Amino acid sequence: MRETEMTFKSKTLAGAAVVALLGMTQAAQAQVEVNWWHAMGGELGDRVNEIAEGFNASQDDYQVNAVYRGNYTETMTAAIAAFRAREQPHIVQVFEVGTASMMAAEGAIYPVYQLMEEHGVDWDPSVYLAAVAGYYADPNGNMLSMPFNSSTPVLYYNKDAFEAAGLDPEQAPETWDDLVAASEAMIEAGATECGFTTGWQSWVQIENFSALHNVPLSTHANGFESLETEFQFNSDLHKRHIGNMEAWQEDRIFEYGGRRSDSRPKFLSGECGVYMDSSGSYAAVSAGADFEFGVGMLPYYDDVEGAPQNSIIGGATLWVLEGHDAEEYEGVAAFFQYLSSPEVQASWHQDTGYLPITYSAYELSQEQGFYDENPGTDVSIKQMTLNDPTDNSRGLRLGNFVQIRDVINEELEEVWSGNKSSDEALEAAVERGNALLRQFEEDNS
Amino acid sequence: MHKKVTFGGFGFPLLLLLPQLAITLVFFIWPAAQALYQSVLRQDAFGLRTTFVGLNNFARLLSDSSYLGSFKVTMVFSASVTLAGLAIALLLAVMADRTIKGATGYKTLLIIPYAVAPAVAGVLWYFLFNPSIGILAYLVRGMGYAWNHQTSGTDAMILVIIASVWKQISYNFLFFLAGLQAIPKSLIEAAAIDGAGPWKRFTSIIFPLLSPTTFFLMVVNVVYSFFETFGVIHATTSGGPGQSTTILVYKVFTDGFVALNLGSSAAQSVILMLIVILLTAIQFRYIERRVQY
Amino acid sequence: MVENRPWLTFLQHFVLLCGVALVVFPIWIAFVASTHDGRSLVSGVIPLLPGDLFFENYRTLLSEGMAGSGGGPVWLMLFNSLVMALSIAVGKIAISLLSAFAVVYFRFPFRMFCFWIIFATLMLPVEVRILPTFEVVANLGMLNSYAGLSIPLIASATATFLFRQFFLTVPDELTEAARMDGAGPFRFFKDILVPLSRTNIAAIFVIMFIYGWNQYLWPLLVTTDESFYTIVMGIQRMVTVADSYPRWHLAMATTVLALLPPVIVVVVMQRLFVKGLVETEK
Repeated sequence: MRETEMTFKSKTLAGAAVVALLGMTQAAQAQVEVNWWHAMGGELGDRVNEIAEGFNASQDDYQVNAVYRGNYTETMTAAIAAFRAREQPHIVQVFEVGTASMMAAEGAIYPVYQLMEEHGVDWDPSVYLAAVAGYYADPNGNMLSMPFNSSTPVLYYNKDAFEAAGLDPEQAPETWDDLVAASEAMIEAGATECGFTTGWQSWVQIENFSALHNVPLSTHANGFESLETEFQFNSDLHKRHIGNMEAWQEDRIFEYGGRRSDSRPKFLSGECGVYMDSSGSYAAVSAGADFEFGVGMLPYYDDVEGAPQNSIIGGATLWVLEGHDAEEYEGVAAFFQYLSSPEVQASWHQDTGYLPITYSAYELSQEQGFYDENPGTDVSIKQMTLNDPTDNSRGLRLGNFVQIRDVINEELEEVWSGNKSSDEALEAAVERGNALLRQFEEDNS
Repeated sequence: MHKKVTFGGFGFPLLLLLPQLAITLVFFIWPAAQALYQSVLRQDAFGLRTTFVGLNNFARLLSDSSYLGSFKVTMVFSASVTLAGLAIALLLAVMADRTIKGATGYKTLLIIPYAVAPAVAGVLWYFLFNPSIGILAYLVRGMGYAWNHQTSGTDAMILVIIASVWKQISYNFLFFLAGLQAIPKSLIEAAAIDGAGPWKRFTSIIFPLLSPTTFFLMVVNVVYSFFETFGVIHATTSGGPGQSTTILVYKVFTDGFVALNLGSSAAQSVILMLIVILLTAIQFRYIERRVQY
Repeated sequence: MVENRPWLTFLQHFVLLCGVALVVFPIWIAFVASTHDGRSLVSGVIPLLPGDLFFENYRTLLSEGMAGSGGGPVWLMLFNSLVMALSIAVGKIAISLLSAFAVVYFRFPFRMFCFWIIFATLMLPVEVRILPTFEVVANLGMLNSYAGLSIPLIASATATFLFRQFFLTVPDELTEAARMDGAGPFRFFKDILVPLSRTNIAAIFVIMFIYGWNQYLWPLLVTTDESFYTIVMGIQRMVTVADSYPRWHLAMATTVLALLPPVIVVVVMQRLFVKGLVETEK
């Protein structure tokens, strides 16, 4: 008898506990969770967390979890591996060279325009900067992914060194001739040991070089129109430029400093007076430089007709993956709307140096006087919007581009180390690159 | 090699084997079989479209000059790591073998790199040899050599060799030291009485007697340089400049994990696996023979 | 000592000092870098002597962690690495002792077959089969768990192989004596074989602890929840940052913290480890 009582009692207790637990889970379920995998480490990671926290604090229905997943390649691979195992996040940040792979993955991605139409409220695609959004649109102009951190390469220069070499520190070199002259002056005056160095050589010296001079990187509008695209960066102009850079190494007018942004310390330590890299490096440059620096547009050859055209973007966008509930997609849509608001965009743009993705964020930054206080931060936007984009300067849509970049890196490094002439290396890079394009075409048709 | 005295029974030993067999089947055989099956497929990254292509992936590899180049790089790298690692460790072991003051202290310090993750070792050496801020790059430049592992394939190769050797010195040192201490002191004393100097004693007695240890370490070091140096290369050169430090296992990783070309990467793993089987067979034969003594 | 030649002793000390310098130098520089501020490390050559920010940098690291670049606090990452390393070491020793015992001391059908299944794991490095393994772990619902971090890495034959080598050298007389005393296989295993293997167990413990502690790619894939991040992941995350500069001073401080536990394990267990390692592997 007693025993039964005990059992009964404990059962009631257990029951109460279950009820309480259920209540708790229901309370937790009221907040729909959205997972966002990103590749922003260091200071940028802090900013990303602030955005997610800001969104979570702004409403009660959804909670965005921003999860850092390593560098760009690690993040993309992790998301793809997770997709294959049905554990994918809702949102994943993918760098621009992964764009073609993501676009080809029909059934795995949920195009942003569709998501916003089906789950969003008042969505107007025309608020996004055409030069940015166009890169990630399908042939009909529909946005497939949400631009997030877009940047374009710019030229950073050491004002102190310019001054020491008797150059005008307020005047950034405009053409390659200017840059060579400035480099020679700085080296001669002992202001720096080398003239210029570059980050992301393929992106800056081949891809953006082509766009800026309005010459094709590859056929079929740089791959926008067809998978049959073939590389054309073995043109005379390309050979001339890489050949020049090869020759400039001799007097240390140009010095190679590694892939990605590995060359940045060369600029920050005062070794090289000029440095070309992403406008998104602004924060890192200003944190690391103990000298005055200025920002200018990328140099061009002034005898080339149509130059300077406009530069193209790099960086990454947010892709939405298939396989989640409608309710969760509503959360994604709400988050994207928050992300596109002028305030969020303006502060992201101002804190990081990335391009604003909407016109209103650009205008807001102007109103706030940001560009007056931080001269040079609008150079990237001006350079992006220098002219209406042509087929050569809208962007790139090339499959297997991660590997192709490596091929270009490898071949350019052969030039810098003197193993190959610039002509040989560019021909080889085009040939190897085309093989990878054909492979992608085969795999995706 | 088998035990003469054993226990009977059938169910009990299988029960003992069960945990390891289960884990091996679920977490190794099954995924490895899938990886191998991939080698005859072509598949997009998300696994949405799959086509069977037979030996196409292999054919493509064997006609790819960069893949064949990677073989050559692996040979140079592996031979250098093995030779340098063994030579330095042997020298240190011979010096530490003679009973001198502070020997224990030296030994303790010398085994520290064993504890360092390859990825961390890579980061450390990358930091030291960074052409702009690295202290060693600065010193080398001071000696008149313009060190730049970002443009010079030779410099890059030297960097990954140094980092890999550094990581492996401890292991080699420990085995050489044990090998040296197993040599009967009476032999050496006898030679000394016959008037053989330290160098003569080393070349005519110590080194030949060490040859089993040396051979064992050679196999271990070759395997190490083939596979475990992945983390070092990943953290220092990422296989560059050009392809100058892309060893086979690194190529498997970049093609499969970074570029998501799963078919080609799987085909490379199959080739790599054949190499491991060969190396393991050599090691096995050798060890079996030793144990019978 | 065969003879006493002062120059030889001098040479020995000299060579060993050089060796030690070579070995310790990178770690010293890591320590030095962890005591400066970030800016002095990216502009100019790295200094050789410690700066004055030792307490500040380590306090920042331990209190604020590496928000943004690696998530959770450093002590949590250290704890996760510890759990992972210990699980791998203990788990592997347990299953390997059992299976090596079965393979060496019993005759049963499919013995060689089982043996080769286990040994096949030596043939394919983790990096090569990492994606399919990830799928298996994900399908079993083991992502973001200590089990997912450690169990798949236990599937390797190294320890089984080492124990097998050692068991083969154990004299048959011991087995016979045990049988004479009427001890069954399990008693023999528990009372004789395991105690005899103490040194080898210690050696394998050290090897596996370090193997587990030093994993990088695997934890990167299977964890998405900050509370399961490991310390080696944390270092890589601090060094490879897109469009931003690595905070070398904090990265190096994390490196120093990450080095401490495995170094302590190796140094403290030095004698057992060396003895076990050399005896089993030869």
